[in-house]
Amino acid sequence: MSPRSALFDGMRSVLPLLIGVVPFGLIFGVTAAGSAIGGGLGYASSLIIFAGAAQLATVQLLTAGSAAVVVIATALVINARHLMYSAALAPHFREFPTRWRLALPYILTDQAFAVSISKYDVDTDPDYKRWFFFGGAISLWTTWQVTSVAGVVLGESIPESWSLDFAIPLVFLALLVPALKDRPSVVAAAVGGSVALLAHDVSYDLGLLIGSLMGIAAGVAAERLAS
Amino acid sequence: MSNWLVVVGIGLGTYAMRLSFIGLLGTRPMPAWAQRPLRFVAPAVLAALVVPAVTLSEGAIDVTPLGNPRFLAAAVAALVAWRLKNVAGVIVVGMGLLWALQAIG
Repeated sequence: MSPRSALFDGMRSVLPLLIGVVPFGLIFGVTAAGSAIGGGLGYASSLIIFAGAAQLATVQLLTAGSAAVVVIATALVINARHLMYSAALAPHFREFPTRWRLALPYILTDQAFAVSISKYDVDTDPDYKRWFFFGGAISLWTTWQVTSVAGVVLGESIPESWSLDFAIPLVFLALLVPALKDRPSVVAAAVGGSVALLAHDVSYDLGLLIGSLMGIAAGVAAERLAS
Repeated sequence: MSNWLVVVGIGLGTYAMRLSFIGLLGTRPMPAWAQRPLRFVAPAVLAALVVPAVTLSEGAIDVTPLGNPRFLAAAVAALVAWRLKNVAGVIVVGMGLLWALQAIG
């Protein structure tokens, strides 16, 4: 199989997922442009961080004036799932040239991971794996860059009375519901959500971090109890 | 300036986590004790982001339809997310309902 057809296979496989990425990117751009950190840094985060949920939380926390260490810790907890993706992909990426092994992780996302890992087999040709991953991941990357810039440009002309900031929790909600796969993950969400809510009085920005960590711990405990 | 440093710090940390196992040459699998908590990152973090955002109005818990229309709009949007599994649909329904409730209120 030629690199070109593997590349196109990868691009085709993420096509249906782009429907979810487009509104997310636009909303991120609009929100960043309307926030205290501004469209410039907002867009730069699409290039530098390239992870939607973490970028939105970062904008939200920086706008609220949270301490740098709290913002960084929160965003890194949100992105910790990439450790799991990296571990799952590592055996498949082992034979790739070093340059590729260094570059591909930059465009690793939830979606690129999901389509690739379901396509990879023990005996899939490494060249196919490499071009397939690149095709899918670079399509997602390009879509994110284009839509977040478009959002920044649009954002400056959208009046506040439209309450577009509400689209952010809606996007998170759309991601949360399918993540409630079993009882332990429901427990993780219930504890994470309620602790974050109760902790908002102490400090809203720390509430997110504390809620997340307690929710993760509760999920682990619930799983242990069930087994 | 410090905002830029925060963004760069998160970017470097995120890249380091993405590279981690891929960068290590071996095929050493991730130990189970490390894998288990990661499974709950998505539900815990997302709920911690969503719940305060839709239940708080001006710093106080308010879930009445007219006092805080965001809660009802989000509850209906959650049903849409569950039935349709479509991000665009969730946004359209949630925003539409919020605008309708704001128009009444």
